[in-house]
Amino acid sequence: MATPGLARRDRPWLIALMLPVLVIFAAFFILPMVRLAGVGAGGPRGLAAYAAIVTEPRYFRSLLSTLALSAGVTVLTLAIATIAGVFLQRNTFRGRSALIAMLTFPLAFPGVVVGFMVIMLAGRQGLIGDISRLLTGQKLVFAYSMAGLLTGYLYFSIPRVILTIMAAAEKLDRNLEEAARSMGASAWQVVRDVILPGLRPAFLSAGAICFATSMGAFGTAFTLATEIEVLPMTIYTEFTLRANIALAAALSLVLGVITWLALALARTAAGSSVAASA
Amino acid sequence: MSEGGVAIRLERCGKTFDDGTRAVAPLDLEIAAGETIVLLGPSGCGKTTTLRMIAGLEAPDPGGRVRFGEVDVTEIPIERRNVGMVFQSYALFPNMTVADNVAYGLRVRRVEAGARAARLEEMLAMMKIGELRHRHVDQLSGGQKQRVALARALAVRPRVLLLDEPLTALDAKLRDVLRIEIDALLRRLGMTAVYVTHDQAEAMALGDRIVVMSHGAVEQVGRPREIYFTPANRFVVEFVGTMNRLRGVARDGYLEVAGGRVPWRHGVAGDVEVLFRPERAAVVEAGAGGLTGRVLTAFFLGDRTRLVVEGISDTPLIVETSARTEFKPGQEVHVAIDSDALLRLAR
Amino acid sequence: MRARRRSRAFHAQLVFTVLVAAFLVVPVLMSITAGLTVNFFQGVKSGLTLRWIGEVWRLYRDTITLSLMIAVACLAVDLVVGVPAAYVLAKARSRWTRLVEEALVLPIAVPGLATALALILAYGTWREFRTSWLFILVGHVLFTLPFMVRAVLAVLSSIDLRTLEEGAASLGASFWQRFTGVVLPNCRGGILAGALMVVTLSVGEFNMTWMLHTPLTKTLPVGLADSYASMRLEIGSAYTVVFFFMIIPLLIGIQLAARPRRMAGVGEESA
Repeated sequence: MATPGLARRDRPWLIALMLPVLVIFAAFFILPMVRLAGVGAGGPRGLAAYAAIVTEPRYFRSLLSTLALSAGVTVLTLAIATIAGVFLQRNTFRGRSALIAMLTFPLAFPGVVVGFMVIMLAGRQGLIGDISRLLTGQKLVFAYSMAGLLTGYLYFSIPRVILTIMAAAEKLDRNLEEAARSMGASAWQVVRDVILPGLRPAFLSAGAICFATSMGAFGTAFTLATEIEVLPMTIYTEFTLRANIALAAALSLVLGVITWLALALARTAAGSSVAASA
Repeated sequence: MSEGGVAIRLERCGKTFDDGTRAVAPLDLEIAAGETIVLLGPSGCGKTTTLRMIAGLEAPDPGGRVRFGEVDVTEIPIERRNVGMVFQSYALFPNMTVADNVAYGLRVRRVEAGARAARLEEMLAMMKIGELRHRHVDQLSGGQKQRVALARALAVRPRVLLLDEPLTALDAKLRDVLRIEIDALLRRLGMTAVYVTHDQAEAMALGDRIVVMSHGAVEQVGRPREIYFTPANRFVVEFVGTMNRLRGVARDGYLEVAGGRVPWRHGVAGDVEVLFRPERAAVVEAGAGGLTGRVLTAFFLGDRTRLVVEGISDTPLIVETSARTEFKPGQEVHVAIDSDALLRLAR
Repeated sequence: MRARRRSRAFHAQLVFTVLVAAFLVVPVLMSITAGLTVNFFQGVKSGLTLRWIGEVWRLYRDTITLSLMIAVACLAVDLVVGVPAAYVLAKARSRWTRLVEEALVLPIAVPGLATALALILAYGTWREFRTSWLFILVGHVLFTLPFMVRAVLAVLSSIDLRTLEEGAASLGASFWQRFTGVVLPNCRGGILAGALMVVTLSVGEFNMTWMLHTPLTKTLPVGLADSYASMRLEIGSAYTVVFFFMIIPLLIGIQLAARPRRMAGVGEESA
């Protein structure tokens, strides 16, 4: 603490500068969230609405599908992003920047657009369908199934995770790998014993973000109009089509808690605040 | 317990990096089996790059060859060269305990569990780190980490031990302690060792021979005494130890300088420049045949006083004397120089 | 050793990476093509046309202008509200400010759907508000504010703010003079990066906006969802092309803004 005089005299100013943020936040987030919690508990089921996510088979199924989908996407994305990300970080070759640009530019696509991309690839007139018909005679259409949803979620997760992995790979201590090699470790052993453990914090933080984003993703599922019910879609249908407002409120709050927990885990794993990429 | 070692030969090994910088000019070097050779020089001189070429982490430019004994290992990558490497930053695996770190090389070579455990105990005992075996790397002090790094490198019985500035990251006292330990260790093992450092005191204490390098080239190779007493050129002179410079005119058997004259036996006449080490000069009483000068600064170092004396030559000289007498700036002082100590340089 | 000869592992990884990149890029190229060809099923053979883009403009012009308006308004609010907040957070590191920092992240941590639902429940009965574009703006501000704050906070934390301000104060500067003359100019980089991010996020926001919108307040992504569901493929594609057109310059801007900072800021841990 330097000049105490300066800090003390500044204080009223600092409070004044903070006020707008606090007011907006209180009025438009805290208040509504409290109301949401209240509405959730004020329906015909009362507080039991919060347990409905596990007690009612339909919602429970939805929760499980969403958890499974998110977990699956996270694992796949981490694997794909690690292979591609470490490779790009460590090698220079012509076209490297172009590849990196291609891999990261879908970062800001909204879920709807991603859904459309999946339809382009795997829909009824999709590219994969055309290719598979040429090769096997059977047209492969999977945009509207779990596989399509998975593809969509992969589409928006890969760019984010690749960036994080590349940043972490840059910081790896090469001496550790050289030490392992000097003792006779093969390339695979170096990956298993030095590189993967070294990337662990990045895996945890990027993985948790990926998981949280997948849990809360709505636009992709909406566009693909699948029969697979993911939680955000369930909440949406409860609210708009069935007017089960209390239940929708309760479910959305539970979902919010789950995603918040995942992100809190990411922050503690990374040790610092979560990377601010879209 | 002598492990023995292999002779190493570098032939025309140079290294140019992808961006065009030439780190090392093609050099030839012969290292005898069991010898400890020190690569000494300032940062950027190419000593670490040369070490990495011996290790197999860098490939020499086309035409360069590295031999271990009779075998040409130039094309063999580090994984199969069987070298032990110790890094300045220790490079210990943070996800493993001390015991796992030391045993890593054995595990990678699929040494069976019994033999592995026995060798592990041997290494832990040799480096005196037995009680640290279950600790994790971040719980160790710098000196402990260095011992673990040495144990790990030696566990696999390498043919040569390569050390890249292992003591630079430690504080002075610890450095002295570990330097003695490493010296004893290398002597006991009788292993070939290549040691990189920028600290000339370390080099002279540890090396059987020293290779002084600068700007990618070898300036001089020799035993520590040769390097110190008969430096080959100006760079070696200025890098190793302190040197004083005397400039004057040589005639009639004397070298005449600003502060007086000294006997001159070199036979050359005219304007000359010679060098001498501070310890070959002494402060004497007036009239004892010394050169006369004035004290510019006096540094009291406890066990001795270091005087910076001007007026004897065109540049100030450094002379050391016992600390009992106090010298003040501006005071007149007389310096006698051992005439055998005067060194004339070709370059 | 490995110098010029690329190993098998290198080529395998390269192929893998190219396939992944193709996975991401090919559908984009397909949709651009679809939006510009006369007939998607016949492909480029049927000729290129701007007809579909024209249709999109005719049908969805309002969504495009509304999205832009909301993005700009969102940016304005974020600047006025977020930059001072970042300054306070950078200066006064205490338990409270850390709490505020954590709290600000909540609208990102919680799914957009939930935030939108909460807003509707709290303010849905207020007719004028509910049906105006301001309702959507509120959602966007909540979602984008943390990014602006964090971008500016990052820059402010990396400079020695205290010394700069004390220097200015010793020369006679008042609080306001310090803020406008010393603090703001020094966070230019953070403000720029934050601004690009905010606009990009706002233009692309869907999860919240879908719940918050009304037939009269449709944004671009909402229109996109509409067109994917009900219009022919060429129109949906052309609409997507328009979206790409808006967003790609922003993304390039973000990349460019990020790069010099990374090079200049890094370097604390030298040997």
